[in-house]
Amino acid sequence: MSTGAKKRWSFEKVAPVLFLLPSIIAIGIFVYGFIGWTAYASLSAWNSIVPDFTFVGLKNYIFLFHDFRFQSDLRNTLFFTIFFIGISIVIGLGLAILIDQKIKGETFFRNIFIFPMALSLVVTGVVWQWLLNPSTGVNLILKKLGVVHLPKWFVDTTVIPKIHWGVISFGIPVAILAVVIAAVWQMSGFTMAMYLSSLRAIPDELKEAARIDGATELQIYRKIILPLMWPVTLSTTIILAHISLKIFDLIYTMTGPGAGFVTDVPGVYMFETTFRGNHYAQGTAIAVIMLIFISLIIVPYLVSSSRKEAE
Amino acid sequence: MNRTLIYLILLVFAVIFLTPVYVVLITSVKDVSEITLDQMWKLPKTIEFGGYIEAFKRLEPSFLNSIYLAIPATVLSSLLGSLNGYILAKWRFRGSEVLFPVILFGMFIPYQSILIPLIEFLRIIGLYNTIPGLILVHVIYGIPITTLIFRNYYVSIPDAILESAKIDGSGIFGIYRYIFLPLSISGFVVVGIWQFTSVWNEFLFAVSITTSGNQPIMVALQNLAGSQIVQWNVQMAGAVLAALPTLVVYILLGRYFIRGILAGSVKG
Repeated sequence: MSTGAKKRWSFEKVAPVLFLLPSIIAIGIFVYGFIGWTAYASLSAWNSIVPDFTFVGLKNYIFLFHDFRFQSDLRNTLFFTIFFIGISIVIGLGLAILIDQKIKGETFFRNIFIFPMALSLVVTGVVWQWLLNPSTGVNLILKKLGVVHLPKWFVDTTVIPKIHWGVISFGIPVAILAVVIAAVWQMSGFTMAMYLSSLRAIPDELKEAARIDGATELQIYRKIILPLMWPVTLSTTIILAHISLKIFDLIYTMTGPGAGFVTDVPGVYMFETTFRGNHYAQGTAIAVIMLIFISLIIVPYLVSSSRKEAE
Repeated sequence: MNRTLIYLILLVFAVIFLTPVYVVLITSVKDVSEITLDQMWKLPKTIEFGGYIEAFKRLEPSFLNSIYLAIPATVLSSLLGSLNGYILAKWRFRGSEVLFPVILFGMFIPYQSILIPLIEFLRIIGLYNTIPGLILVHVIYGIPITTLIFRNYYVSIPDAILESAKIDGSGIFGIYRYIFLPLSISGFVVVGIWQFTSVWNEFLFAVSITTSGNQPIMVALQNLAGSQIVQWNVQMAGAVLAALPTLVVYILLGRYFIRGILAGSVKG
């Protein structure tokens, strides 16, 4: 009797692990194992159709950091990330605050701002490619409004200001702003939803108390509500940043690398160099660099949130 | 703040957000002759479905591929996520705290960093360029997010239920089968919508794992838009067809859709 009870107890102890085991093995191989394989391949000489795992050290990485296209990619990613996150946060927060004013038709507005999220970035890319085509779309409206110097959107090759940096000119590539517009259209509904759910979590008593103390609505927002929004801003920024660092579909379908690589990003470069050029070692090196950038943001986030949970 | 101003700003934004929809819809029902640059914003004189017929003809095989892909991938991901989430929410064992973030990390990695070995692996097991291969990929890389959403969902179910079931002699699977699973319907809706939308809309795996004939809809749409011969009305009709399933899901189950978005991004 007692041994039976003991056996059952020990089964219960390993059972949770047994249920998780398939997933643990799958993640172990398909995430960590494959990342290891990719990192290994990035140190190899495999830059043709024939696999060649001769160890070449950091040669592929050194090549990339001297490469015009990759330097352009880093510049483009930097500015894409800044504008994409900045504008999405401002619009998302603004819309959330407005919708939070106990307005009529709240569901209607919310649904409109979020629906682009249900779409594929491929659809967004195809649609905005047409809307921001320099000879049609938005420019037809601007022309009617009397704008003389019509923007060239994603075909613009200007970089402002032009600062010499490595082999590229460093500055904001104007063309990237067209992609930012499409990305903001797709994702600001997400920021709005994040802020709205967090605004709704603020107890009304807090605002009431401040009002009784004679605070104006503006003061309530500046002194009480916005500071409370800080954690949401942080997690939204992290989510948007990791999307931005690995963006591929939108740019691949909307503009491609662009003339002079003004709209190229590491995701597009990796895809083209690997599957079009058969430069597997270079492709894997780009992938590893992307992974490192994303890990720098995500790992501290995961560590801090799992610590918070443990408390 | 002035209430009229609030409505005015919201309306302006609503119009901006809907502008692409307007252009896509009017273009998709225009006749080829009406699609000139200067008429882009004008309503069509007559409504023609030629664009839709042509787009449907070209996209139908890949549309079906996406259905064969997205439905099994969604069902399998949800079941796996539910089981994982249950264990991680309610059963403590050595290393379970570390394991969760280790699994979660898989959600954030750029898939470029696993793509080449993945393709090699699929070649070896004979699933490269097949829909079952893509299903496998989506189920595996869906583990982190589906586990996360279900775990957060199950955490809110009181431990007391679990304890009393244990006292009644139910085992770990019995408790899942008879208590947690029946309580999970809205969890399954949220995860199901999330996975269906992600799998349907996914592009990188689709474009690198399948070639023509086995391609999902998004790759076919991209090819349609990339070719020079196809007219704009066909492309826009194609975009509508490709977007329709996820839009319908969003319109019918929007509340759960938003909950999924939030659950996928906010931990704990």
